[in-house]
Amino acid sequence: MAHLTAPPQLLTTTLGKAMRWAQQQSMWPATFGLACCAIEMMATGTAHNDLARFGMEVFRASPRQADLMVVAGRVSQKMAPVLRQVYDQMADPKWVISMGACASTGGMFNNYALVQGVDQIVPVDVYVPGCPPGPQSLMHGILTLQDKVVSGELAR
Amino acid sequence: MMAEPTSTTDIWVSGTEAPEVSEWMVSGTDEGAQEMERHETTERSVEQRGSRVVDDWVVDDTVDDEERMIVNMGPQHPSTHGVLRLNIELEGEIVRRVKPIIGYLHTGMEKTAETLTFLQGGTNVTRMDYLAPLHNELCYSLAVEKLLGVEIPPRAQAIRVLMTELNRVSSHLVATATNGMDIGALSMMMYGFRERELVLAFFEKTTGLRMNHNYIRPGGVAADLPDGWEEDVAEILERIPRALRDYEDLLKENPIWLGRTRGVGIITADECLAYGVTGPTLRAAGVPWDLRKAQPYSGIEAYEFDVVTGSRGDVYDRYRVRIGEIHQSLRIIEQAAGAMPRGDYKTGDRKVSPPPRQRIDESMEALIHHFKIYTEGFKVPAGETYLAIEGPRGELGCYLVSDGSGAPLRMHTRAPSFSNLQALPIMMADSLVADTVACIASLDPVMGDVDR
Amino acid sequence: MSGDSSPGQVAGADEVLANLMEAVPSVEAGRSVGDRVIRVPARDLARVAGAARALGFEMCSDLTVVDYLGKRRVRFEVVVNLLSLQHNRRLRVLVPVPEGDPEVPSLVPVYPGANFLEREAYDMFGIRFAGHPDLTRILMPDDWAGHPLRRDFDVGAVPVQVKDAPQVR
Repeated sequence: MAHLTAPPQLLTTTLGKAMRWAQQQSMWPATFGLACCAIEMMATGTAHNDLARFGMEVFRASPRQADLMVVAGRVSQKMAPVLRQVYDQMADPKWVISMGACASTGGMFNNYALVQGVDQIVPVDVYVPGCPPGPQSLMHGILTLQDKVVSGELAR
Repeated sequence: MMAEPTSTTDIWVSGTEAPEVSEWMVSGTDEGAQEMERHETTERSVEQRGSRVVDDWVVDDTVDDEERMIVNMGPQHPSTHGVLRLNIELEGEIVRRVKPIIGYLHTGMEKTAETLTFLQGGTNVTRMDYLAPLHNELCYSLAVEKLLGVEIPPRAQAIRVLMTELNRVSSHLVATATNGMDIGALSMMMYGFRERELVLAFFEKTTGLRMNHNYIRPGGVAADLPDGWEEDVAEILERIPRALRDYEDLLKENPIWLGRTRGVGIITADECLAYGVTGPTLRAAGVPWDLRKAQPYSGIEAYEFDVVTGSRGDVYDRYRVRIGEIHQSLRIIEQAAGAMPRGDYKTGDRKVSPPPRQRIDESMEALIHHFKIYTEGFKVPAGETYLAIEGPRGELGCYLVSDGSGAPLRMHTRAPSFSNLQALPIMMADSLVADTVACIASLDPVMGDVDR
Repeated sequence: MSGDSSPGQVAGADEVLANLMEAVPSVEAGRSVGDRVIRVPARDLARVAGAARALGFEMCSDLTVVDYLGKRRVRFEVVVNLLSLQHNRRLRVLVPVPEGDPEVPSLVPVYPGANFLEREAYDMFGIRFAGHPDLTRILMPDDWAGHPLRRDFDVGAVPVQVKDAPQVR
């Protein structure tokens, strides 16, 4: 029984730090692909860009198993209640990334059909600019979120 | 349900209190009459079974109501390719009726188009079918040019053909990749997107963006091909056929793949025609109809290629047709790159296309034209026209009405995915519920195209 | 525009069109920027569609509406694009529809593929298609008021909100 004889290997930390560390490293995004940005989100997850490097590649189909919602694309008036329902179904702690110009502000489509910014429906943690944001932009957004979680700014 | 509430709503940033719940939030996700009803009228049932053509549909009253169940799939579902929602009536494992409910991505682009000038319109249409943005731009530009009556220089036409065929390759790669993923061939997903990055890198170099380029504009293209484009295209032409051989190894005779796709989601040629289904789905049913051959545009009649067809009209044939079309597109790309004409990449008509940058410094005229084009746009003679091209998903059309001003009176897009989606009930009626995702994926609907 | 199409100019030279005009006498043939168009009163639309289908136009590839508010006496125009694969040609059918009674016969019995297209036209313009099996909204939410693509429907642009983000705790 090696662990009994070996010198004790201990690491002391605070509970908060340990929690933040755990939250940062295994965020599972919900697949909330809506439009063009969804394709870039898929491209981010696949071989060339490899989101797995950041421990976030497990896109979950069920909101119950996800703790990050990447709103990728334009949110229509018809979709808004659905989006809110999906958000409400996610278990705490949860975060939201608003990906792309349309999700953040309505983008170039300032008209009757679109919700002008997803932040009118759900609380947004990180906005990723671009139309559509490239995989690098999305990764930067995700890393920003992770930094903020570990620094405690967005820890839940 | 008007747009007013949004203007007064506060934004909700993380860590703050939720703003007051507006009306639509509590209204829920019910879509009322658009949804499938438990007991439909015969008329609506026929429609949802897609049996208007075969006409052999009989109401089966022997089945107990207990065994029937209406299942809701989507709009947030990984294999619905966006925000498609399906009401599926199941009888045990068998799908009896299907009703697609769409509109979850309705962006009001046709309304926005009326507020943009003809030159700005490209930014709008390119975001419709986001897997084939260049086709959308080409279709719109051709319609505008038809009303204007301008001649496009040969180099611009060749660049357009080159770029749209590359776009067809990237679009079919995504279609094949997602088709694989939905049926469980996850490696296909990784491979398809890997090769797509190659094409997208070239797009980024040429147009400045990976998607939503606004590169093809009325009068020509926005910029000439970048330095060293021949090497990039040569690399694409070298690497993608190699990758296609990998896909063949992976899928072509894979027993699981064959089992999941052969004889699944069959649609006949007659049904395709009746329901307005075009593109690879129509060709897989055995109809050699390709607008590039039948009604050529942008000088595509000068290139040699074949129309790929299937025979059974099932999911497997549609997959084969797409792979075949990638090969044919590569042929066109090779010819276009090999015989790229010299000359201008946009029309010399200064009322339509802006003057070259250096002319602006020298000539007052040029400066005025440049200013006019980018502030008020050019005026298009009054008239109405319909123009269609062969997009990756089928007939992509643009119906354009001008009243003689700088912005269209009406811009309507004939979206191939929109019409193709009507084929879903036909494919799925009386099939197994497990084949649902295979059918959806093989149709390759892009919801941005469906809802616009 | 109405000035572009000159009735009767094309007929005679074109067998398919001549047959169509023989089957339905109220058809006016014309041209618009090089395309063949025919103008049909709303009451005859279903007959024209039936005749066109019999003459080899297998597919209704597109159906849409144009709102000529303030430009024309008859406000709406339903535009049907028929496609014939065997003749490799298109035929555009223009149907003027008055604002007071925006109703045309449905093409679904002839062309099942017109189903979604007609629902979209109903949703966006409020044109009713008599005989359509399921004339409900298709793109907008079911409880939406108004028909967004009508010219008198506001674009619905919201002024850009420029303000500070609320203070995070």
